[in-house]
Amino acid sequence: MENLIALLVAAPLLGAAVLLCGGRRLDAVGHWIGTVLAFVSFAFGVILFADLLGKDAEHRTLMQHLFSWVPVEGFQADVTFRLDQLSMTFVLLITGVGSLIHLYSVGYMEHDERRRRFFGYLNLFLAAMLLLVVADNYLLLYVGWEGVGLASYLLIGFWQHKPSAATAAKKAFLVNRVGDMGLSIAIMLMFTTFGTFAFGPVLDGVGDTSEGKLTAIGLMLLLAACGKSAQVPLQSWLGDAMEGPTPVSALIHAATMVTAGVYLIVRSGAIFNAAPDAQLAVTVVGAVTLLFGAIVGCAKDDIKKALAGSTMSQIGYMILAAGLGPIGYVFAIMHLVTHGFFKAGLFLGAGSVMHGMNDEVDMRKYGGLRKYMPVTFITFGLGYLAIIGFPGLSGFFSKDKIIEAAFAKGGTEGWILGGAALLGAAITAFYMTRVMLMTFFGEERWRNQPTRSPEAPSAEPVAEHHGEHAEPHPHESPKVMTIPMILLAVGSVFGGAFFSIGDRFLHWLEPVTGHSEGDSPVSAATVTGATMVCLIIGVGIAYAMYGRRPVPAVAPRGSLLTRAARRDLLQDDFNHVVLVRGGEHLTRSLVYVDHTLVDGVVNGTAASVGGLSGRMRRLQNGFARSYAVSMFGGAAVLVAATLLMRAV
Amino acid sequence: MTAQLAAYSTSTGEAFQFWVLGTVAVIGALATVFMKKAVHSALSLAGTMIILAVFYLANGAYFLGIVQVVVYTGAIMMLFLFVVMLVGVTAADSLKETIKGQRWLALLCGLGFGILLLGGIGNASLNDFNGLGQANGNGNVEGLAALIFTKYVFAFEITGALLITAAVGAMVLTHRERTERAKTQRELSEQRVREGKYVPPLPAPGVYARHNAVDIAGLLPDGTPSDLTVSKTLRDRGQIRDVSSEALNDLRALEQRSEERLERTEIEPATFKREEASQ
Amino acid sequence: MNPVNYLYLSALLFTIGATGVLIRRNAIVVFMCIELMLNACNLAFVTFSRMHGNLDGQVIAFFTMVVAAAEVVVGLAIIVSLFRSRHSASVDDASLMKL
Repeated sequence: MENLIALLVAAPLLGAAVLLCGGRRLDAVGHWIGTVLAFVSFAFGVILFADLLGKDAEHRTLMQHLFSWVPVEGFQADVTFRLDQLSMTFVLLITGVGSLIHLYSVGYMEHDERRRRFFGYLNLFLAAMLLLVVADNYLLLYVGWEGVGLASYLLIGFWQHKPSAATAAKKAFLVNRVGDMGLSIAIMLMFTTFGTFAFGPVLDGVGDTSEGKLTAIGLMLLLAACGKSAQVPLQSWLGDAMEGPTPVSALIHAATMVTAGVYLIVRSGAIFNAAPDAQLAVTVVGAVTLLFGAIVGCAKDDIKKALAGSTMSQIGYMILAAGLGPIGYVFAIMHLVTHGFFKAGLFLGAGSVMHGMNDEVDMRKYGGLRKYMPVTFITFGLGYLAIIGFPGLSGFFSKDKIIEAAFAKGGTEGWILGGAALLGAAITAFYMTRVMLMTFFGEERWRNQPTRSPEAPSAEPVAEHHGEHAEPHPHESPKVMTIPMILLAVGSVFGGAFFSIGDRFLHWLEPVTGHSEGDSPVSAATVTGATMVCLIIGVGIAYAMYGRRPVPAVAPRGSLLTRAARRDLLQDDFNHVVLVRGGEHLTRSLVYVDHTLVDGVVNGTAASVGGLSGRMRRLQNGFARSYAVSMFGGAAVLVAATLLMRAV
Repeated sequence: MTAQLAAYSTSTGEAFQFWVLGTVAVIGALATVFMKKAVHSALSLAGTMIILAVFYLANGAYFLGIVQVVVYTGAIMMLFLFVVMLVGVTAADSLKETIKGQRWLALLCGLGFGILLLGGIGNASLNDFNGLGQANGNGNVEGLAALIFTKYVFAFEITGALLITAAVGAMVLTHRERTERAKTQRELSEQRVREGKYVPPLPAPGVYARHNAVDIAGLLPDGTPSDLTVSKTLRDRGQIRDVSSEALNDLRALEQRSEERLERTEIEPATFKREEASQ
Repeated sequence: MNPVNYLYLSALLFTIGATGVLIRRNAIVVFMCIELMLNACNLAFVTFSRMHGNLDGQVIAFFTMVVAAAEVVVGLAIIVSLFRSRHSASVDDASLMKL
């Protein structure tokens, strides 16, 4: 049974190899190869899951040693897979959602002539992500970590003929490098501290290590998580990453890859448990990001960017929960899974809308679409209800637990974190309602509009089939796209309840992550009530602003905060001023130092040697008689020395 | 004079001879260094060597004294003179120093070295002279032969080999191997015709009656001397004699003399120039 | 007179010869000065032979003469070929080994 783990990873890897190396003769069937292999991987996942369920809770860990990767004395890196409950959860999410999105992409990318390549990249991503979650040591995890970064880069820049996409891909790659650097430093620190990378020895050895070192490792891991999961301060790439095709946004930048940071922190829970300072940093990052993302999400008119802000915010919730320690680990993962469902569903819905609207992304040019694309409307609506935490749907269960856990942290921190989480819930309700209202309700603003907005110069091949300024004809997407949306909507509706009733998810994951009940100053019922109040307030404000009044087709100037939020709360400006300018100044000063000091020393040495040689050269005038004088003088000195020695 | 005394001093005759000849030897050495012409240097050196031969004799080295005269003064110095003749006996060297500071450094070194040597000899206790009376008992040549052919026989053989090697080396150095077959006269003439120059034989030197010699350039029809007429060796040495104006000078002298005889006094053109022709 | 005077004379001749080597440019004269130095050494050897009362010094002087003869042969050959190629016997003209 253990051998299936390798096959799990191998299936999409094989797909990537075949599709990327196969050439044009696979163009006709390439997308189906990729999709089938994704489903095969999912099937392996299900088989393994059934096997794990058949064991008792304490023995639900499968290990597979594939081969020794770097067998060096004192440095042992193995390719070993570890499938426990945590990995299993991720495997099912990745392969399940991944397979559905593969299926969806078959329809979405139908008119793209480079569809085969797209599926190759998707499979590559699946393989790397699976490797990331089933790795048994940090070094192998790092391989997967870089692999998903590569796949993300390739897919964001998939339409590389668009300069904006190419730039966004580069930006994502560069920002991710900062986080990757954190992970590599953390791994080096682990090696010097524990002498190994394997999860078991590292996490068991935490007790014998000083807190300072653990804090350092924890902070480096947090940096890595920030990069991959788009958390403040490395959040700036996620919004631009929406330049990629929508299925990519759904799979990589909503459901799976961006949650790798949460996985890393939960997996390294033992380290964070022993380093309270690092843990506090994690919660702060989570709380700040959840508000940051939510505010950005409120101001964006681009439907995908609004959803990207939402993603950032929801991952902020997860990071916050993960930072709470054993109180929150399980809920972080639970929210991660439910978020995977509903956010993927929302993105696919957004993609479906764009598909019907000639790739228009500006929500101000939508409106009243519920009549034209009913399936999309219903699935999107269910995802919407799930994310805002409508009672009974999955978001309600998972988010509510996180808010409870934040309060349960106790003390002032608990109040602040809980308050932030509650505020986030209200803002979530506001911006999601705004998206919903602007897209599916209200007047049909897309009539008599040129389809292409200047800020979205879409060049998707799909658009080539429509006229340049043709009025869009909203229509429902084909079945191959709606079926995944329906399945994800089902997950969004029932996932939370299924996990939470009888604490199934808690019992499933507890052996790996541990769990403790905090002492909450407020009762669970109070928190739920407060969440409901926030929800109603958020929805109400949004309805008042966008439901009762007509939405202007051109965005009003808005308040200072709105304008800042439209510019992603000035994150790029901040980066430009601090990093780019600062870097330039640093570089210039270093160049100056290099030119004056380093070059000065080097050139000075050379010049002095050269000058000395020039003077010495005059001794070598080529005249035999001069040399004879030297010889004779030397002989005289020798005679003098001899006489002197005899005299002494 | 007892043997004891002989160890410390020499006879008056030898002392006289030393002081006179020694002075001459030093003068000869200085002349060797400071004479401008190499021939003079060589002759001065030969004189110094002969004096040294006398000193060898006085020191009981009869064989060496003769060898010094025969080999050094007779053979080696003649070799020197031969080379001096080959290189050019008339050329006088300039004693002006061209390397900056060389002369002062040389004098400083020489002076310092000399003082050190003299001081060293003066400090050594060299008063115990045994004399060669016993060593030369069976004759100086026999004594030397006994040493050379017993104790120093190996060195003697090696020096013999060295001499032969040196002779061969000198031959190799001065001998020039022909790397190609010498051209026949026919080939040379064909080559001249092909190249189109000097097709006829080169003009002969010494066309003027009074100076019909190989070192005089023949005159062209316009009166200018042509270097082509003189052999290449003389041209390279710069030993061509220019007689282009001598005919005119002779003519002028003849005219002057005849006028003196005839006691004419009218003024003739003072000079008769052929500069236009030589331009 | 003390025979040690021969040694002083020898040292004097040697120094004169050495100085001559340094200040003369004509290769032949330089060579003559070297001969002068060799002869000065021979005089010293002969004097020492007398001093010690055996003939070893004279034998050494004899060998010196032989070697000097060999040296003169080779040296003059070198000078002749130098003169052939450069038309000059000046040691300063053969100064190509500089920049």
